[in-house]
Amino acid sequence: MSNFIILPILIPILTGILLVFFRTKITLQKWLSVIALILNTLNAGYLIYIVNQKGIQTLEIGGWKPPFGIVFVADMFALLLVFTTNIIAIFCLWYAFKTIGKGRESYFFYPFFQFLIAGVSGSFLTGDIFNLFVFFEVMLISSYVLIVLGGRKIQLRESIKYVLVNIVSSILFVSSVAFLYGITGTLNIADLSVKVTQLGLNGPLLVVAFLFLIVFSLKAALFVYFWLPGSYSAPPAAIAAIFSALLTKVGIYAIIRTFSIIFYQEPQITHQFIAWIAALTMILGVIGAVAYNNVKQILAYNVITSVGFIVFGFAVFSKDALEGVIFYLIHDMNIKALLFLAGGALITIAGSSQLKDMGGFIKKHALLGWILFITALALAGIPPLSGFIGKLLILKGALAANSITFYWFTGIALLSSLLVLYSVTKIFMNAFWKEPNTNVESNGNIKGILAPCIVLLLFSVILGVGAEWLYPFVEKAAAPLMDPSIYIDAVLKE
Amino acid sequence: MKINDVILQTITKAVSFIILAFSIFIFLAGHNNPGGGFIGGLITASAFVLLYLAFDMEFIKSVIPIDYIKLTALGLLIAVLTGVGSFIFGQPFLSHTFGYFDLPLLGEKTELATAVIFDLGVYFTVVGITMTIILTIGEDQS
Repeated sequence: MSNFIILPILIPILTGILLVFFRTKITLQKWLSVIALILNTLNAGYLIYIVNQKGIQTLEIGGWKPPFGIVFVADMFALLLVFTTNIIAIFCLWYAFKTIGKGRESYFFYPFFQFLIAGVSGSFLTGDIFNLFVFFEVMLISSYVLIVLGGRKIQLRESIKYVLVNIVSSILFVSSVAFLYGITGTLNIADLSVKVTQLGLNGPLLVVAFLFLIVFSLKAALFVYFWLPGSYSAPPAAIAAIFSALLTKVGIYAIIRTFSIIFYQEPQITHQFIAWIAALTMILGVIGAVAYNNVKQILAYNVITSVGFIVFGFAVFSKDALEGVIFYLIHDMNIKALLFLAGGALITIAGSSQLKDMGGFIKKHALLGWILFITALALAGIPPLSGFIGKLLILKGALAANSITFYWFTGIALLSSLLVLYSVTKIFMNAFWKEPNTNVESNGNIKGILAPCIVLLLFSVILGVGAEWLYPFVEKAAAPLMDPSIYIDAVLKE
Repeated sequence: MKINDVILQTITKAVSFIILAFSIFIFLAGHNNPGGGFIGGLITASAFVLLYLAFDMEFIKSVIPIDYIKLTALGLLIAVLTGVGSFIFGQPFLSHTFGYFDLPLLGEKTELATAVIFDLGVYFTVVGITMTIILTIGEDQS
């Protein structure tokens, strides 16, 4: 029992509540938000230290024992993601200070940013599937507010789609939870794992497993991604960055958690299916990224491709591949935030998101150009940047699986990385190398907003170069995913 | 044309107090019987809405000068801090306790529980949120 486990959720919630009282004092709100996130990062770091020393930690809320009470489980996988979430949130917030504008600030931007972080951290840490639904809702409701805040025409149009899609998937989610409870009589993830193994994953339980897959795929933009390109191009860059860094990752996390701890018994059915839709997602996502000539659309389709890639790595389901997935998740949270922030800066100076309106920025904005270029290399997985090690491990795992389908999918993954590189260099070449476009005056001011991008880029380098140092943590994080009994024993203490 | 609302206003003056008293009763009953902060808050909000319906908005705003958004935040703060309170006693988050006390007027062995403080937070939040939603929609129409 350690109350530190609840702090990653409690600190942002308390800060968010306090910020509502200081509605007019914007400077104070900024300071409080940053301090809260830094405290939260330090706490997550401390928890990682503890879990590294003593193994998985749990907190029984209100003192009610599992499987009856709600339990929060801090294992290495969840904590690494919580840690990354908070670091990225700090830099998105820093970027937001410069770009978000008075209107949004006085209409509770900062409180809802905090609630979003609380929802994301809660989804990572919870050990109860209904509680997972609750934290999904906390996260989604904050994201509804953030996406519509500002009330421009495109935001209102896209937020209606976004809200509708998510409400439908939430209804499905809660009904699947009800079905699962009806069959097994428990909601605790560890206890579910035991019960599902006893009952065998077939018949109605298999249907429920696929229902969960549909729900989480909708949230993660896995195959059913039609809502994503529109919704993620509506809000300003800082919000789009935090969405693309965190929200789809929570969906991926939920897929990994449920299909490695609860529904892991029949991989030839479930994981095969997941591999197929992951491969399809990679193909369709990368087609979108190559086809569009609009920066916002290209970036959004990049998110979809990487979702496909990460979930493909998970579907391989071997030790190497899972470690690769964890590496790649951390890398992808970092790099997607960076990509959207840099893309936002580019759109600010061009005054448009169409590639044809850009050109010749290398003279005035060389720094931004090189940031974008290095980001593209990191995305494609060029060593020593952060994408390399995750990609290597996933591909190694996939090839070691010795199956014809996985050979094909590995080929698709490699080809899609290449095309991802092409799609981002397309932005770079059109915006920076092309002859200056005489029709468009570049007059946007990006003074001061490149600093957070540079720091995130440094993180990418550190993640790549320091992979050796990070590896023991990732190995610890992957262990309970391969062997659920570690997780179950820690929670139920049998 | 001005609508004659003497009957509505006269009845409201009496009925709103009955509703408010009933909401407090329901709120306190909630610990062991049906009721509690959520439904109590809704009933209180319905009393406020009745007042807003019977009289005009500016008038009621001067009678009940509450910023409902801040009331919501206050409710949330109370609820969360009740949970945090268990940290001091080294208990897990949201642990609750209760005891029996001899209080003047309320009689011997009155049960007092920390869950009521949490419920008070819920009560404020529900009143605040309900009123914010209704007033926002109401203001748009005028």
